[in-house]
Amino acid sequence: MAKIISEQELESVTIRFAGDSGDGMQLTGDQFTDTSAIMGNDIATLPDFPAEIRAPQGTLPGVSSFQIQFSHNEVFTAGDNPDVLVVMNPAALKVNLNDLLKGGLLVVNTDSFNEDNLKKAGWKSNPLLDATLKDYSVIRVPFSSLTKNALEGNTKIKVSEIDRCKNFLALGLMFWMYGRNIEHTIQWVQEKFSKKPEMAEANILALKAGYNYGDITETIPSRYIIKKADIEPGTYRKITGNEATAIGIVAAAYLSGKDVLYGSYPITPASGILHELSKHKNYHVKTFQAEDEIAACGAALGASFGGQIGVTATSGPGVCLKSEMINLAVMAELPLVILDIQRGGPSTGLPTKTEQSDLLQVMFGRNGDSPVAVVAASSPSNCFDYIIEAVRLATKYMTPVFFMSDGYLANGSEPWKLPDIEKLPKIKIDHPKTSEGPFLPFTRDPQTLARPWAVPGTPGLEHRIGGIEKADRTGNVSYDPENHHKMTELRLEKIKRIANDIPPAEVLGEKNGKVLVLGWGGTYGSIHAAVAEIQKEGKKVSACHLHYLNPFPKNLGEILKSFETILIPELNMGNLLFLIRAEFEGIHTLGYNRVTGQPFKIREIKQQIEALL
Amino acid sequence: MTTTEQNVPQASALHYSREDFVSGQDVRWCPGCGDYAILSVMQKTLADHTPTKRENHVFVSGIGCSSRFPYYMNTYGFHTIHGRAPAIATGLKCARPELTVWVITGDGDGLSIGGNHLIHALRRNIDINIILVNNQIYGLTKGQYSPTSEKGKITKSSPFGSIDYPINPLCVAIAAESTFIARTVDMDPRHMGQTLARAMKHKGVSFVEIYQNCVIFNKDAFHTVVGRETREDRALYLEDGKPLIFGKEKNKGIIFEGAQAKIIDLNTASEEEKKRLVVHKENDPSPNYSYLLTQMNYPEMPVPFGVFRCIEKPTYDEMLNHQVKFAVDKKGEGKLKELIYTEDIWAVSGGQDKKAG
Repeated sequence: MAKIISEQELESVTIRFAGDSGDGMQLTGDQFTDTSAIMGNDIATLPDFPAEIRAPQGTLPGVSSFQIQFSHNEVFTAGDNPDVLVVMNPAALKVNLNDLLKGGLLVVNTDSFNEDNLKKAGWKSNPLLDATLKDYSVIRVPFSSLTKNALEGNTKIKVSEIDRCKNFLALGLMFWMYGRNIEHTIQWVQEKFSKKPEMAEANILALKAGYNYGDITETIPSRYIIKKADIEPGTYRKITGNEATAIGIVAAAYLSGKDVLYGSYPITPASGILHELSKHKNYHVKTFQAEDEIAACGAALGASFGGQIGVTATSGPGVCLKSEMINLAVMAELPLVILDIQRGGPSTGLPTKTEQSDLLQVMFGRNGDSPVAVVAASSPSNCFDYIIEAVRLATKYMTPVFFMSDGYLANGSEPWKLPDIEKLPKIKIDHPKTSEGPFLPFTRDPQTLARPWAVPGTPGLEHRIGGIEKADRTGNVSYDPENHHKMTELRLEKIKRIANDIPPAEVLGEKNGKVLVLGWGGTYGSIHAAVAEIQKEGKKVSACHLHYLNPFPKNLGEILKSFETILIPELNMGNLLFLIRAEFEGIHTLGYNRVTGQPFKIREIKQQIEALL
Repeated sequence: MTTTEQNVPQASALHYSREDFVSGQDVRWCPGCGDYAILSVMQKTLADHTPTKRENHVFVSGIGCSSRFPYYMNTYGFHTIHGRAPAIATGLKCARPELTVWVITGDGDGLSIGGNHLIHALRRNIDINIILVNNQIYGLTKGQYSPTSEKGKITKSSPFGSIDYPINPLCVAIAAESTFIARTVDMDPRHMGQTLARAMKHKGVSFVEIYQNCVIFNKDAFHTVVGRETREDRALYLEDGKPLIFGKEKNKGIIFEGAQAKIIDLNTASEEEKKRLVVHKENDPSPNYSYLLTQMNYPEMPVPFGVFRCIEKPTYDEMLNHQVKFAVDKKGEGKLKELIYTEDIWAVSGGQDKKAG
């Protein structure tokens, strides 16, 4: 190396890759993430893309981005604001520049800043030429021409396809800047394009050209070193929430010794689970792509009536459609697992953006007194644990159980410390085989209040169930007033008793004091990081994160009573706040509610806490 | 399988009686309701012809008078929600292909609120038996016009006459390419029994429309066609391999002129015309012929009863389970460890780490 380049050590870096939907930013971010994870950093990611598959090229709605925080320390979120912004076109600059930290590093594809693209993005003058970027450290790279120079004459792909490789050139350059190894991506490209070797070759050439450009160019001030994180020993892989959910469903089949029927209708952001599961037909999972949300849920319930594990997945709008079927499962007292991968609402809302505004819907969005159990994952990797838990509760208590995830967890990724499969507890399921005297399908287990799960094909246990109110014990149709009251109470009590079967809520920090931050679901990372930072500063604040929303853990009331103020940050207008106020009297609660389609920034939560201290 | 074999419902070797299929529940349909006959014939048909044990039969229904059916059958049963029975039955059959799954639905349940599920169950050719009890009225909600009610029908919700054009259930089944399509009537237990036995035997989705008399809200809706006095002249009984002939004197036949059915008088028809008599063919691979049959309506034409169409093609549940078997044969029984511990894993061990995969 002829020139001397300075090397700077950093604890943590947040990079955002941003470009047109067709620029391959998700892929670029994914590759950067994989390599960083394998190199031992802790990571968290936030993909952010439009609902349109290909919005008009070069326009603001077409901008897609991928943010990753990688660190020497433990990370809980993908970072509030990027330290580094890589933009492939003027629209991406326009949409993302405000988020870049002042003094941050901006890597710009200068080739795309032509009159046409500037106009589409609404720039009145070229920001590369005026004072717009004066607060940032700007690295100007002609990605398109560099790609063209590197590939032309050296590749068998069409000239028109060359420019599509520019994201690999950008990736190569970022790999160089942050001392990443390019081998993993090379291997990935070779596998991905094994049937199109000319495409593999072109992408690898572009990747290497980007990496080498870093070495040659004099415009980059420094390389950066982010040492390995001190991570708990174990075996890891990078995982998104949807992947972990799909694997968890397979694991639940294995742990229960049952087949799963997964009924689904394509919907963002839940479809990824269907795609993943449909690959694993040799794992006792049958996938059924139904004609609509209702049928997806109905097929799952039919399978459940047949003695298998019925699972259906959707997002909020789909929950609306499934609610009648879920109510049938409540009434028939059959197991059913419903996955709600939440997105911005109401109605079609923000299909690709995250939100947690379905909690009250899943709690109450059905006719009649219709209690169901609700569990929620709080990180991409623990989607695995909580989907298994949902299956366990559904089959043990003969009830529908909602598993709550969201767009952020579904698509975000983190390292997953892999479980020891032999140590995962088995899910025990019994089906009655005989009956002394006539079979009574609505007798109950004295502990759990669950009714027996007798399945078709069992001689002597033929029985009928349905959505009409049934007589206690016999299950015959009953319009008796007192019986209806009793059955309503039994269904409610059954769900309440789940509280005896779930772990207590835990408090991070002191067990009493001025402020407790109470959260649930996908906001865990931001809340945890904010609380930990404030605690580090020597101030007193505690946090509690709920994975069980119905019923609540038994000790929750005690915890809440031990604090002067309960701050409840949620990506909705106060769903958990409403439930807490309804259930616990005499506590002081305060909501912090945002619905921007984005996860909380750590800074936002810190400000809310600090105002209360 | 030859057509003749298909036509003869086999006797069951399991020695059940009708009573074995009668549940203890009080039957609560209106006195004189056609559903009684359907229930009784179903119980008898299962006793006489079931190829499988009683515990392997499951009746799934939606909402409506006829949807109370499962409560009265001493089999497994699921009285579900309005229009959704085909979806639930589909999931059940996918999960448990060895079961014999029946869907009992009505004209409102199956063709209005549940129309979407019906057509998708039919086009998937899932191996279930769908019995659509058609009385051309909403009975359980006390008499509003249904999607099969004739235009101009005066009901509680259409005091000036319905302005809806009716839907023809068998056309829906044909459009969805159902592999077994039949029509029968509550007043003819023998024909109904044979038709239900054929439906049970058919591998693939079976769709049977049963004309049913709602004595309270739509009394004698089909009487002009199926009434004892005139039935032979106004109904056409389809028999596979036989010409379309009807009438008290068996003196009327059907020919097609282009896509139009036409009645000829066999007493006066020329030999040339007689040669053109349509011979019923259940297994015609094209649905066009059976579609033409569904267009035959009283008073212009006799109304056909019997099996309109019966063809074989792979069923959804069979193909689904075949894909599972294929995946297992190809990749082996899935091992959870292999799914979790992929090639992208890495190990972290006390400050040192290395790629493990």
